[in-house]
Order: sequence, then C-alpha cells, then structure tokens
Amino acid sequence: MATGHFIEGIAGGRLSAEQYADNFSDLHPALDHHEALVEADRCYFCYDAPCMNACPTSIDIPLFIRQIATGNPLGSAKTIFDQNILGGMCARVCPTETLCEEVCVREVAEGKPVQIGRLQRYATDVAMDEGKQFYKRAEASGKTVAVVGAGPAGLAAAHRLARHGHDVTILEARPKAGGLNEYGIAAYKSVDDFAQAEVDYVTAIGGIDIQNGKALGRDFHLADLIRNYDAVFLALGLGGVNALRAEGEDTDGVANAVEFIAELRQASDLSSLPVGRRVVVVGGGMTAIDAAVQSKLLGAEEVTICYRRGQEHMNASGFEQDLAAANGVTIRHWLQPKRVIAENGNVSAIELEYTAMNGDELAGTGETLTLSADQVFKAIGQSFVPAHLNGSVASIELEGGRIKVDAEGRTSLAKVWAGGDCIFGGDDLTVSAVAQGRDAAESIHRALTSNGRA
Amino acid sequence: MADIRNTFVGIKSPNPFWLASAPPTDKAYNVERAFKAGWGGVVWKTLGEEGPPVVNVNGPRYGAIWGADRRLLGLNNIELITDRDLQTNLREMKQVKMNWPDRALVASIMVPCEEESWKAILPLVEETGADGIELNFGCPHGMSERGMGSAVGQVPEYIEMVVRWCKQYTRMPVITKLTPNITDIRKPARAAKAGGTDAVSLINTINSITGVDLDSFAPQPTIDGKGSHGGYCGPAVKPIAMNMVAEIARDPETHGLPISGIGGITTWRDAAEFMALGAGNVQVCTAAMTYGFKIVQEMIAGLENWMDEKGHASLSDIIGRATPNVTDWQYLNLNFVAKAHIDQDACIKCGRCHIACEDTSHQAITSMVDGVRHFEVIEAECVGCNLCVNVCPVEGCITMEPLAAGVLDQRTGMPVSPVYANWTTHPNNPMAKVAAE
Repeated sequence: MATGHFIEGIAGGRLSAEQYADNFSDLHPALDHHEALVEADRCYFCYDAPCMNACPTSIDIPLFIRQIATGNPLGSAKTIFDQNILGGMCARVCPTETLCEEVCVREVAEGKPVQIGRLQRYATDVAMDEGKQFYKRAEASGKTVAVVGAGPAGLAAAHRLARHGHDVTILEARPKAGGLNEYGIAAYKSVDDFAQAEVDYVTAIGGIDIQNGKALGRDFHLADLIRNYDAVFLALGLGGVNALRAEGEDTDGVANAVEFIAELRQASDLSSLPVGRRVVVVGGGMTAIDAAVQSKLLGAEEVTICYRRGQEHMNASGFEQDLAAANGVTIRHWLQPKRVIAENGNVSAIELEYTAMNGDELAGTGETLTLSADQVFKAIGQSFVPAHLNGSVASIELEGGRIKVDAEGRTSLAKVWAGGDCIFGGDDLTVSAVAQGRDAAESIHRALTSNGRA
Repeated sequence: MADIRNTFVGIKSPNPFWLASAPPTDKAYNVERAFKAGWGGVVWKTLGEEGPPVVNVNGPRYGAIWGADRRLLGLNNIELITDRDLQTNLREMKQVKMNWPDRALVASIMVPCEEESWKAILPLVEETGADGIELNFGCPHGMSERGMGSAVGQVPEYIEMVVRWCKQYTRMPVITKLTPNITDIRKPARAAKAGGTDAVSLINTINSITGVDLDSFAPQPTIDGKGSHGGYCGPAVKPIAMNMVAEIARDPETHGLPISGIGGITTWRDAAEFMALGAGNVQVCTAAMTYGFKIVQEMIAGLENWMDEKGHASLSDIIGRATPNVTDWQYLNLNFVAKAHIDQDACIKCGRCHIACEDTSHQAITSMVDGVRHFEVIEAECVGCNLCVNVCPVEGCITMEPLAAGVLDQRTGMPVSPVYANWTTHPNNPMAKVAAE
C-alpha cells in the first residue's frame, strides 16, 4: 500500500511526527543576544532613514536598532510599540524584503540589508517575554467605542482607544481574536501560538472587551452599534473569496486557500490534516505561496502554482517566491484555469489555458495544458462582502468594492470609521492595517474629545 | 623585492617588527613562539631587582573598550613588571638569544632610582648576550607608586641621571622608554639625549579607566570592588603616540635621535606611518595580545608589498620621510582651498554626511534635490572641513578635492590664490600687524 507522498488522493498522515514538527518550525528563528548585537551594529543610523519611510507604521527603525546596540532592548521595544503595537507580529509576517529592508542602504550598497524584521522581533520578544507594559490608560473618558473585527486593524485601534481612556468592545465573528494573524498566516511564520500571546499583550492595557462569536449582520447590526456606542470602527477584513470562473469549480477537492491556511493554523495535530498528493494552487500572491508551501510541508508530492501573468506581476515577493522554490514548489506563469476535471466525483486534473498580453489585455491563447491534481486551491484574491453592513442603516459608500474612507479613516456614515483590508486603497498588509487602525483611533479620539465639534 | 632588514642603534633584526616589553615577552615559551611566527625582535618583559619578585593582582588585569562590532580598540592593564625571579628570566634570555642569534633581544629594566641598583643589574643582563637595554620609565601604575616607572619618566632630571648611569656601567645600547603621561614629550626626550641615550622608545601606556560597572559603581577592571588607573594602549592610542614620535623627530634638539615607535600598531600600514614620522623601527603589543603572533606575517608581507609598489628599496627610504611635513599650525597655507565631493555612484544615500554637516557644521550638503533623496555638496557653503569624509561609511565615496589656483571659490567669491600665505602674515593676526608697523 502506498504511503507518505505516494498515497493517492487527499490524505493525512503523509509524514512522521518529527517531519511535521521540523517542517512547521519557525521560518526565521529568533536572533540570540549576540546575533542581535552583531546585526544591530550593521545599521548606519541613517538620516531621514529610507527604512523608516518605507514602513507603513513609520517605526523609527534606526533608533530602535541603536537601542538594541546599546543594550536597551526594552527601550527599543517601546520605540517600536509607540508606532505599532503589533510590532511583534509584523516582525514575523511583514514582507520586509519589499518594505524596510528593500530600501535599506546596505541593500543598496551590498545587497545585504540590515535584518530589520528579525531585530524588531528580538526587541519585541524581550518586552513581551517580560510582560512589560509601556502604556497606562488615560483617565476614563466615559466614552465607548465598538470595534468590529479583532484582526490587526481592530486590535491596533482598540489599544490606542483604550490608551486614551475610552472603553472598547471588540465584536469578533470567529472563536478567537487575531484575525488573519490567527487564521491567515502560514504556520511557520507564527509559531508557539504567538498570535494569541500578542492579543493578550495588547489587551493587557485594560478597557478592551473582546466578544467572540459575534458576527455583524447575524448577531448584531450596524444600527445597534451606532445607537449604543459613541463611535464605531469597522475592521471587517475580507469575507469573500474570488471565484476561479472555471468549469467544474464546485468539484470536491477544490478549496479556498484561505480556509486551508486557517484550518492548518487551528489544527492541533498536523497529521490529521489531509492534503493531496498532487496539488495545484491557482494564484500569484502571498496566499498562493502560503498554501503551496504548506501543502508541500504537509507531504504533498507535487505542488504547482499557476499564475495567469508573468513572474514580474506576482504579488508574492521575490523572497516568498524563492521560499516556494526552495521547498520544491513549481511556479508556472501565463496559465489561467479553464476546467476542473473530475473522476469519481473528485478532482483528478485541472485544464489550464496559456495566456499572453494582447496589447494591454490579458488573453487566452487557446492552447491548453492539463495538470494532474487531486487537490486545487483557489488563491486568486479575496473580496469584501458588503452585505453584512446593509439593511439596518443607510448604506456606507463603497469604492472599488470596499469601504470608502477619508485620510483619517472616516466612512460616509457619521460616527463610523473603518480600516484594514475592508477599506479601499489599502495594500492588504498586516502592517498597513495596524497603521489604519491606529490612525482611525486617533481620529475617533479627536472626535470624542472635541465636545461635539467633530 | 624591498629589503626590510632593520638596524636600530646597531641592533640587527630581519624586520622592523619587535614585540614590546609586555606580557607577550614575559618568558621563553612566548618569545620562542613569537620568533617562530616571524617577529624580528623582542623587548623582554621588564626585569626588576634581584630578590623576591613583585606580585600581581589575582583578579582581572585588563580592561578594554570596543568598537560597536566589539573589535578591541583600546586595552588597559594593571599588570606590573615581571613577577618571575630575575635569575629565571636571565637564564631564559640567554638561552633564547643563543637559539635565535639573528633576532633582536633587548632587556627592559626597572630598578629603584639609585645608582647601586642600576650598577648591580646591568652586568647580569649583559652576561645574557642581550643586544641592548630599554629603560622602563613609563609604567604608570603600581611601580610608579614605588618611585619607579613613570615616576622617573615624569622628571627629566631623573631620566638624564639614570641614562647616564647606564651608559657608564654597560656597553650595551640604551633605549629610553618614555611615558606619555606628561604635558610635553620633548622634555623627557631631551633629557634622555642629554644623558647620552642611544635611542628613545615611545609611547608607554596612558593612565586610564576603561569603564565603570554600573551595578557595583566600580571602575574596571575591578578588583574586589575597587579599581585603579591602568596603562592604556591599543589602536585608540595610535594618534597620540604618532604625534609624540613626530614631536621628538622634528624637535631641533632631538632631531636624529633614533626612535622606536610604539602605540597601537596593528597593521603594516600603522608601522609604515610611524616610520614615516621618524621611527627607526616599531614595537607591537596589543595587536599580538588581541590576535596572536601570526599578525606579524601580514605586517611583513604588507610592508614589503607597499615598498615594492612605491619603489622603496630599504627602510631608510621611508624612515622620517613624513617628518618635514609635520609643522606648526601657523605655517599651514591659508590660501589652500579644498571642497568635499560626493561620488554619486558610490553614495548609498545613508545621509550621514548631510546630518553631520547640517546639525554640527556648515549646512553644506543637500538631503533632497528636486524632491529626490540626494546628497550633494553645496560648494558655496563648504569650508572643506572633512567631517563628511570622516562620517561616511563608504570608503572613497566622499573626497576632498583641492581647488586649483585661479579657480573661483564659491564660498568666498574670490579666486584661489596661487601664493602660499600663512597666519604669520595674515592681516587678521595682531602679531602680524605689529610686525608690519
């Protein structure tokens, strides 16, 4: 009987316990004290540092690195948390290679940036391991704010609002807080239940009440919030998954990559998590990479990412693409899904059509390729589901299918702000969601403390 | 191939790299290893009087300061002269000299400032076959409290007196080792010369405290909660040492007196710089204590390579070549104008030149040009101070470019004068005016 990689179909238990543990260990292990000092010393303490300007939360990177170098990791952590209270998770999941580290002058000079992400993790780990809280709540304002969604934007907003003395209630549909940090990130980027540890660290400031299992549109309505709270912050994330628009999409064995990633994160026993022998992932972003790499790490024999445009168009960073390649994932470009082929009710293959640019338009060439597959993951983007917002109050204005906000995060509805992936114009990054949550909280605070002159 | 054989006060060695009198030269075992590694000579760790030897502390003897990358920049020690019996040292010196006749072996000596003491020890040393003696007038800790070491070196009259005794009681060449813990290094050098010394060597170590333990509030190195000033050496002291060497080399009263250069020499380049300023050879300690004896191989090969490249056939071609270019500030050409220039291809845009100039100097470097991060010298503001060059992390990226005579200096609005003119004749100099009237 076939075992391991060679079990046909979608199956669990392809690997030994040790292999699972090894495959899903920390992608970037923490720097030890010595490594942190050596790395911190590489920072030039640039003027108007490019790294700082590239950070969506504008962390003062040269300063926090200098604080590590001078033996003040707690001060360093405070420098980070001042701008980004989820600096611990961002240190783990930020695509630093396309943000701070891409513009590091040592990247320019030597092709080897200062490892800013890992240094940030070093400093924030020191503070979080000590349970060091840097912020005290201001005197109670008597104001209440409802935050919908306990993801990065919601948590960042809640922390800043709590600091300012407001009482925050977070309503979260899922059983755990953390949003994509908990449900949407490859397991090897956030080991040891870090997302929950971070939720605990953030909420330790007090004044933040997280209510799980409360879904907007099901358990409560926007009108209730507007009526019962002084302000509302919507950090709903993206509830929908884009369709393949390929024939046979509903066949068993075709799944959403985001659900697969969430399931993997929540799995207490990875061997119980089934994965195909031959897996095809359709898409070109971080989610596609996360799903593909983790399929491989779960023991799939053959994993192929198919992306409809060229390598240069992929949303996944170069680092992520290399990570996939290093794990044995094949990335193929200029292929779009056409038809899912089933056998006995399960996926057996996927037929793809070659694509090419026809002027400015992407078009199928008519030529096709069929790849054997017993599992197909859809990772072609997520979409905002506005339906939950509607019905109880006037519709919130949307733009590009997401919530429209102004520079401070205000929506078209009075008393309602929004941030994170659910708003238009974002870049779907954890760190940007944190920035938006933080800035919306400041805007809410200004509104709540201006004696009605908002 | 350049010839780097060295003759210093008649003492021959295959290269000019000697190990200074210090822990690395305390016994035959170390010195043998040093000679095997290629060192041209050693100054044996300082001998004391016959009788019970000195004792050292049993806690830390060294303190240090480091660069941010923990490269050792400065070392400090509170070790005393040899704590081994005099006869043991003499016996080993004799054996080592027999084993290595082509290497220089010099005995460092420190005995009380009494004629009888010197008279007693010199024949014993001479009997070992040592090539010369070095008078330790430098150690700034411990021994100085007993009237020796720098306690002698700080009083020119004592220096002269002891040197005279030594010249009287031995045929060996006398090298007088000077302490830098004085205000004018020329005074002890002149005194040594007056006493008849064959050479001076400098610098010995500098009084220092390398750190303070912020938990116990004790200076470092800490011995049972207390610390004492120790002797500072290593790369950090090199600029101080080089100035002192140059001061003696260019002083009319001591010009031509052989100098053995000591102080932070770590590479061939450091050695070449000391020799260019007038040192006839060099002595090394901290670099060996940091990296081991093997570093001499880099020094030998590097010095030869540089001399070959530049066409210097022997050490006499380089010794003292920079001495005439050391002058007093008042003779510097005030009509010389240089401006910083940033090589845009080499620039990594860290902005340190800008912020250094903007915050602390002359606001002469841009940070933004046409909305783009760009660092460029504003010649109309640049005084040519060189700070940007010194803070730039990329070697050779910022250079000081002299303006040719006749070229407009945008800062002053005047063309650069071809005429040499210094402060002594400058109209702003009140003394010059007096002279003119």
